[in-house]
Formats: sequence, structure tokens, C-alpha cells
Amino acid sequence: MTTITAPTTHIGPGAALRHGLALAGRAVTKVRKNPESLLDVTLQPIIFLLLFVYLFGGAIQGSTDAYLQVLLPGLMVQNIAFASLGTGMALNTDISKGVFDRFRSMPIARSAPLVGAVLGDIVRFVVTLTVLFTVATIMGFRVQTDPGRFLIAVLLLIAFGLCLCWVSVWVGMLVKSPQAVPGTLVAFIFPLTFGSNVFVPSQSMPGWLQAWVDINPVTHLTNAARGLLLGGDWVGDAAWAFLWAVVIAGIFFPLALRAYRKRVG
Amino acid sequence: MSYAIEAEGLVKRFGSTVALDGVNLAVPTGKVLGVLGPNGAGKTTAVRVLATLLRADEGWARVGGYDVAKQSTAVRGIIGLTGQYASVDEDLSGTENLVLIGKLLGLSKAAAKVRAAELLAKFELTDAASRSVKTYSGGMRRRTDLAASLVGRPQVLFLDEPTTGLDPHSRNEVWATVRGLVDDGVTVLLTTQYLEEADQLADLITVIDHGKVIAAGTPHELKRRTGGQSMQIRPTVVADIPAVAAILRELTGLDPIIDTDNGVLSTPVDNPLLLSTVVRRLDDAGITADELGLRLPSLDDVFLTLTGRTGSTTPATEGSLA
Ligand SMILES: Nc1ncnc2c1ncn2[C@@H]1O[C@H](COP(=O)(O)OP(=O)(O)O)[C@@H](O)[C@H]1O
Ligand SMILES: [Mg+2]
Repeated sequence: MTTITAPTTHIGPGAALRHGLALAGRAVTKVRKNPESLLDVTLQPIIFLLLFVYLFGGAIQGSTDAYLQVLLPGLMVQNIAFASLGTGMALNTDISKGVFDRFRSMPIARSAPLVGAVLGDIVRFVVTLTVLFTVATIMGFRVQTDPGRFLIAVLLLIAFGLCLCWVSVWVGMLVKSPQAVPGTLVAFIFPLTFGSNVFVPSQSMPGWLQAWVDINPVTHLTNAARGLLLGGDWVGDAAWAFLWAVVIAGIFFPLALRAYRKRVG
Repeated sequence: MSYAIEAEGLVKRFGSTVALDGVNLAVPTGKVLGVLGPNGAGKTTAVRVLATLLRADEGWARVGGYDVAKQSTAVRGIIGLTGQYASVDEDLSGTENLVLIGKLLGLSKAAAKVRAAELLAKFELTDAASRSVKTYSGGMRRRTDLAASLVGRPQVLFLDEPTTGLDPHSRNEVWATVRGLVDDGVTVLLTTQYLEEADQLADLITVIDHGKVIAAGTPHELKRRTGGQSMQIRPTVVADIPAVAAILRELTGLDPIIDTDNGVLSTPVDNPLLLSTVVRRLDDAGITADELGLRLPSLDDVFLTLTGRTGSTTPATEGSLA
């Protein structure tokens, strides 16, 4: 009897990454077959864009055109944060399916199903950014810089989203039903995205709120995205945002992995 | 003799439910063990512990010589598992499922595709290979599942109720596959509620009920050890079956097995002298029988004696235990 591989006793990081990528491929295939699963990351950005620009734009910035320019980079950040909620929901649904038993009975890295789900979500990030950017362009948004800096902004946003996903994965492993993921995370995601300078400048806020807004990673990322898309400084804010992302992942990746192990045995 | 699967004193509790209550198992390399038991006996729990999906609260188990708790990665490297409920991805096609598993097992994309095509052909799934599994019939899903657990050419295969809910054709196919794997030297542990299945496939049978092993041995040994003999009665008039059943119940304290298709009642008996008592009682009741005699018990009788309950006679009577 020949076996494909000699009995594996240890799974190195290279193999773990390969397993994660194979499972990310599965996630992408599933999205391709069920495009309706992208509804949340396509409809919501459009609604937010129309709502804020036409409803509040005049009041906040004096003109809808000017507001659209400063709002779009921030909305990109906000929608990435919201899209990351989907990871925990999808995983929560997925682990109750029989196919997860199969993965767990195979000699693959314990983290692979989680890493696969998170990497697979790059598709959702790209879709939400594309929708947002396309609609904004139709509405009159123009990048003031160059394609190089635009690309840096997109990569920075995706990297941030990938780190933020671990919060949602962690919650997804703790709660019973998938619907409980956004419910639980509202308390986290609202202060993060609305308690920022995405919609209004922090100068108009009371001191205590300003203090939070000024350290909020979403604020830093929004500043960086504005600099990269509209011109101006961005390196400092990008560094802060990146640092935050690494800290978030550093805390929540181990927590998520532990919760996953506990959940699936 | 070397054992591919060994377990001793396995205990698993779920809250106040004791799913496994000190289970011992031993399967020699290259043999088929049938784990037989009614719904809720603990079969799935035992399989999940052996396949490293669940940790036992007490006891130990080794698969291929590796400890399931301490060397789970090594165990996973040599086993294949087909769970009781389909463990393939419904959204993916048959090919996509098998290719994914091949890739996870370290095959190149090309090699994974070749292996997938080979297995899909073997299980007569080639025509449906590119369709989503959710469009498959129950039998096709089961076969896809079985194919998925064979991608890595396992040395030890766990099949949890592999034929439950399958039509006779698919069932025979699964049986043929199991026999083929055994010819290749694979050790198989299969659970079943069907006595016929265990009798057909297994070299060894372990009967469990309420998380405890209540009998173990070869099918022949089991038939000999329990209940001595089986009495068969075929009343001339089918309408007499209930009356005969009542007499047997009164004399043996057990509900007899009634095969309505053939109009035959059977019940395990310890005492051969019971036969004359039965003849006298039938006479008194004015019932004639076309057939009346003793033979070695079937596994049905064994099960009845061991558990006090009737097992499913054939896979066609699915759900009769529920
Ligand atoms: N995850 C679980 N949580 C609680 N009880 C469980 C769980 N899994 C199994 N059980 C209980 O353990 C017993 C054995 O179940 P199981 O191993 O599935 O039996 P079988 O496969 O023989 O039908 C049953 O009483 C069942 O209800
Ligand atoms: Mg079961």
C-alpha cells in the first residue's frame, strides 16, 4: 500500500500557508458560484455614498462635490471594516457543515481553515472597493494623484481589512449563530468607523471624542487614504494605521485560533 | 498480530449523557470491523474519537500505532473518514471537492486533477463531475464522500453508516468498494445499524449499546455465543401471526422478529425443549404451521438477545430503529 505522503508529524509554516491558500481558493470558488453572497459588500457602499453625499454633503462641506472628494477615501476604510464582519459570519456557518469534519480529519494546519477564510475575503474587499470607486467616479470623484499612490492606498486598505478580520473570526467562533456576529460587533465597529474623521472633521467634536478620534486607526487610515488619493502627507498616518493593524492581528489571531480549537475540539 | 486500530477504556461524556462508557476495540491490520448498534449507541462518537475529531475524556486509542490524542497529525496522515452526514462541500462540484482535497494533501494541481478523475470514474460520477454536489442524489453524495476519503490512499478507513439511506444498487456498490479496499490491504472500521451489512462485510463485529461493548467476535462466534439457537415458525394462515407472536412472547419474554414478507416469526431460544412446548401451545390454539424448527441464530436474533430490542433486518427498513 503506497501513501501519497509519509506520515506527517509536524506541519511547517510553508505547508500551513499552502493549506490556507488552497482553502482560500475554495472560498473564492464559492463566491463565484453564489454571487448573491456579495450583496452586503455591493449594496451598502452605494447606499452610504448616495446617502451621505446628497443628504449631508451640502450641510457638512457646503457642496456635495467637495464632500464627495473627502468622503470617498474614508468610506473606503469604513466599508473595508464592515466587509470584515462577513468573515466571522461565513466561518460560523461553515464550521457547522460536514465538510469541516473532513478538513479536521486531514493532516493540515489547524489554522488553515481560518487563514483560508480570511485570505478568501480579499475578493470581498476588492469588490466593495471597486463598487465604491466606480459609483463615486460616476458621481464625479477624481483621483488627484497617480496610479502608483492609488495602488498603495488599495493595498493598505486590504492589509488593514485582513487584520481586522481576525476580530470577526474570533467573535464568529464564540457566538452560536452567524447573525450574532454583526450584532455583537456593532459595539466595536460603530465607534471605530463613526467615531472617526470619515464623515466630519474632528475639530467640530467635543474634547473627549476628539481624543478618541485622533488615536482611532480608522482616522489614521482615512488620513493616509486621503493623502494618497487627493495629495498631501500620508506616510505618518499610514505607518500608524499599519502599526494598529499589526497590533489588532497580533491580539486577535491567537484569540481566534484558540476559540476555534475550543469550538471544534 | 498487529492492530491497525486499538482502543481501551474510551469514555466520552456530553454533559450528563455518557456517549462512550469504557469502549475497547481492536482491529487487526487489513481486516474489517463492523461496529453494530442502534441509534444513539455511541457509534459516531467512537468514530470521531478514533478519527481525531473528538478527544476522549478517559482511555486511549491508537491508529496505525499513533496515539489519537498525542499524535493526531500522524493519525490524520494515514486515515480516511466518511462521516455519517455528507462531509463534502455542497457548493462545489464533485471534481472541485476532490481536487481541493488532493491539493490539501500536497498533490500538485495536475496530480490532484488526475486523482479526482480516477476516483470519480471509479464511483460512476464522471457525468456529474462538474455539477454542484447540491444537485446530486443521496447515493451520489455518499459516493462522492467515499471518493473524497480515498484521495489520500488511506491505510485505515472509517465509514460511519456508509449505506444508510442508500438504494440497493448504491449499497452494493459501496460494499464492493469496501471489499476492493480490503483486498488492497486497507483496514476498515464501519458502523452500521444493519445486521446484514455487518454479516456481509465484517471479519469482526463489535456490538455496542448505551456506550458499552456488549459483545465482540467474529460473526460466527457471536451467533454461537448468544442465545444458542433460533426458532423459526411459519403459520399456514398469515392471520395467525399475532397469535403465534403472543405465544412466543409469553414463553421467551421477548418480542419475536416478524418477517411479514415471508410470513415467518423467529426468536432466540436457549432451551431446545421449548420447541415441544410451542408445538403443544399451537395445537391447543388450533394453529397449524408450514414450517417449524431450530437453526443457528441470525445476527438479528443475536441483537435481540443482547439488547432486548429488535435490530433493522435489512437496509430497506431504514428508520425502523428510531
Ligand atoms: N455533540 C453532542 N452533544 C451532546 N450529546 C451528544 C453529542 N454527540 C452525541 N451525543 C449523544 O451521545 C449519544 C451517542 O451518540 P452517537 O455517538 O451519535 O450515537 P450513534 O452514532 O450510535 O447513533 C447519544 O445519546 C447522543 O445524543
Ligand atoms: Mg451515528
